[in-house]
Amino acid sequence: MDWFLAAVNLARLQFAFTVAFHIIFPAFTIGLASYLFVLNFLHYRTRNPVYLDIFNYWKKIFTLSFGMGVVSGIVMSYQFGTNWSVFSDKVGPIIGPLIGYEVMTAFFLEAGFLGVMLFGRQRVGEKLHLFATAMVALGTLASAFWILAVNSWMQTPEGYLINEAGQFVPESWPAVIFTPSFPHRLAHMVLAAYLTTSFVVGAVAAYHLLKLRIGHQDPKVNVDAVRKMFSMAMWMAAIVAPIQIFVGDSHGLNTLKYQPMKIAALEGHFESQKPAGLVLFGIPNEEEAKMEYKVEIPLLGSIILRHDLDGEILGLDAFPREDWPPMAPPFYAFRVMVGIAFLMLAVGITSLVLRKRGRLYDSPRFLKSVVVMGPSGFIAVISGWIVTEVGRQPFTVYQLLRTSESVSPVDAPAVAASLIAFILVYFTLFGAGITYILRQIRKFPVHSEDPLKTEAPIRAAGFVHPALVADTNKDSRSQS
Amino acid sequence: MIDYALIWAGLIAFAVLAYVVLDGFDLGVGILFPFVQGKENRDRMMNSVAPVWDGNETWLILGGGGLLAVFPLAYSIILPALYVPIFTMLLALVFRGVAFEFRWKINSEKNFWDKAFAGGSTVVAFAQGIVLGGLIEGIPVAGRAYAGGWWDWLTPFTVFTGVSLVIGYSLLGATWLVSKTEGELQEKARYFARRAAFGTLFCIAVVSLYTPFVHEHFAHRWFKWPEMLYSIPVPILLLGCVWVLFRGLQQEHGVRAYLGAVGIFVLSYIGLAMSFFPYMIPPSITLWEAAAPDVSLRFLLVGAVFLVPIILAYTGYSYWVFRGKVGNTKGYHG
Repeated sequence: MDWFLAAVNLARLQFAFTVAFHIIFPAFTIGLASYLFVLNFLHYRTRNPVYLDIFNYWKKIFTLSFGMGVVSGIVMSYQFGTNWSVFSDKVGPIIGPLIGYEVMTAFFLEAGFLGVMLFGRQRVGEKLHLFATAMVALGTLASAFWILAVNSWMQTPEGYLINEAGQFVPESWPAVIFTPSFPHRLAHMVLAAYLTTSFVVGAVAAYHLLKLRIGHQDPKVNVDAVRKMFSMAMWMAAIVAPIQIFVGDSHGLNTLKYQPMKIAALEGHFESQKPAGLVLFGIPNEEEAKMEYKVEIPLLGSIILRHDLDGEILGLDAFPREDWPPMAPPFYAFRVMVGIAFLMLAVGITSLVLRKRGRLYDSPRFLKSVVVMGPSGFIAVISGWIVTEVGRQPFTVYQLLRTSESVSPVDAPAVAASLIAFILVYFTLFGAGITYILRQIRKFPVHSEDPLKTEAPIRAAGFVHPALVADTNKDSRSQS
Repeated sequence: MIDYALIWAGLIAFAVLAYVVLDGFDLGVGILFPFVQGKENRDRMMNSVAPVWDGNETWLILGGGGLLAVFPLAYSIILPALYVPIFTMLLALVFRGVAFEFRWKINSEKNFWDKAFAGGSTVVAFAQGIVLGGLIEGIPVAGRAYAGGWWDWLTPFTVFTGVSLVIGYSLLGATWLVSKTEGELQEKARYFARRAAFGTLFCIAVVSLYTPFVHEHFAHRWFKWPEMLYSIPVPILLLGCVWVLFRGLQQEHGVRAYLGAVGIFVLSYIGLAMSFFPYMIPPSITLWEAAAPDVSLRFLLVGAVFLVPIILAYTGYSYWVFRGKVGNTKGYHG
């Protein structure tokens, strides 16, 4: 229980809790923003109304999750200062400007064009509307770029000097931004966001396909849209899941090179071995530094990590005890993440087989498993973050700044109170938000009318007087 | 030799000011929510800010992120010192932020999310006022860290500045509504604007009279010749803005009243900035002491010089797209 009384541990819990809640929304909206752009673009090029119908369907869900992402993100930008003030003072000159660039290139871009993307189609015309959608998608990707540059610097810091006040000072900005782990991490996270979105879209489409099977013959239901969504999502699963496994593997090898302790923890190796097995499962006993109930495949560890039958894998015992990360969280989370990756791959491959046989839309067993896989991306993303962030402990800046020396001089009761407040508020509000999203998802996609087409005469070149728009504002949103 | 720290102090001050006058009006609309009855009226109030609110709040992230980037020492002292009001503000921002989307999911007159929106907005304004008051009263520092307790910020003065900002934001909100609405709702907004204007002026007067007695440094700014020469025009221009505000309130269209209210905020802000200068955290840390090394300041400045004008341009464009009075169509948002 003493663990919970230390301000530093409460601050860690609070950061973990707020960031885990926050990451759910960007992980989804990064993928969804790109998807909305693709839909808008395909509609613009092909004139097929089904793309606009799907756009309008997901637009509402995007709005809800984006709003929650924004407000939970504001919390993050202040929490560095409230709870990690020593870290902020020391590292601010390095990570601060990167976050500054994130705000200026990403957040403003997203917020500035979001209004136009959501409410402005009939006010600005389809070209500018497409442009606005592109800017929102670009903003989400720019945001991922900068925040992962920050995180990668904390994991594999380079390009810095330390000044007399004990602050990290940038020596070379390219070296600070493009640290060794950054390209791997960026690719891995963006693909994770795309997979997460694909599986949510796939699950929603599969759910509606299943409902259609049991005789839901409402003429308002847009069957084409449901099938199109499903098909697109399954293409993404089939293409992106194998790429992600490949990228994940190269990220792992990169981590082995720069953060071998993290690999030792997630592989479950207390002792260095040559050759090393692959621990499939076990229960880490951290006090006695041994793995209990170990299930292990001999040699496979060396093959995967060293691509060599006789490669040496360092265990935690090769490092000073006070620098060890906790083993259990990264060890378990890594297994969850990898397990989900292979399930996703299985879904992708199955979809290709079924598509070839012309049965993509009507295998109930497949549809049901896709529904079950709906939230899998979120679980994998959070697991991945546990692997990389807990694996970085006990440092905030790897090997340079300890977590225990980063924390604010704030009393434990203050941190405990704010932690409890966050837990209560987040579960209540985001719980309500997720309920609303689920309710929205239960609705069928419908045939919507493009206001630009039906009300064409009103819109002259350029802008329309708002008064004219007021009564033609029968956007599909009114049906929600 | 370019003084990057001074340039950045100006830019951060600009970001915070942009936040105050922009998010100020959408917070103000939230503060006025309980005083306006009827779902249709409230829908209209909400729609008048829905397309722009998260752009407005992005300035708050720029203020926080920018402070971390260019004045990390100030960031790491101010935030722990004002731990409770900062977290209260953040949680309240969550309440009102989600209400923008969630309230459309409920179709009755009684809507929990209306209360979340109104309550959240009011608490945000109050907490920000406390932060301002706490800064004016000063923060004890030892070495490079905050050296006080977690309730030190609570004083009669900070409570007063908290209430002041609630009143001030409601003035911004009311004048915004005057420009965006018509008929009965606009009449109501006019009435609120007049009330809030008198309240705001009273609060400004009290804070202005009290502030010089907090630190000697502040007094010198306002009562010592020849430094007075710089400060004297502020109250005079402020009276000019009050005149613009009340003239604007008599108009049917246009944003003149809102701009008058913005002018009042800008001048009060300039007055405070003049009192603070050159301190970042009175009375101990100057902006040069708080600044990050030049290499950080320069790197971010290059981006800011190009990006901030672009941001202002497309923010302006977004306001332009949604200009004019808000219709009462429910389809506008759903």
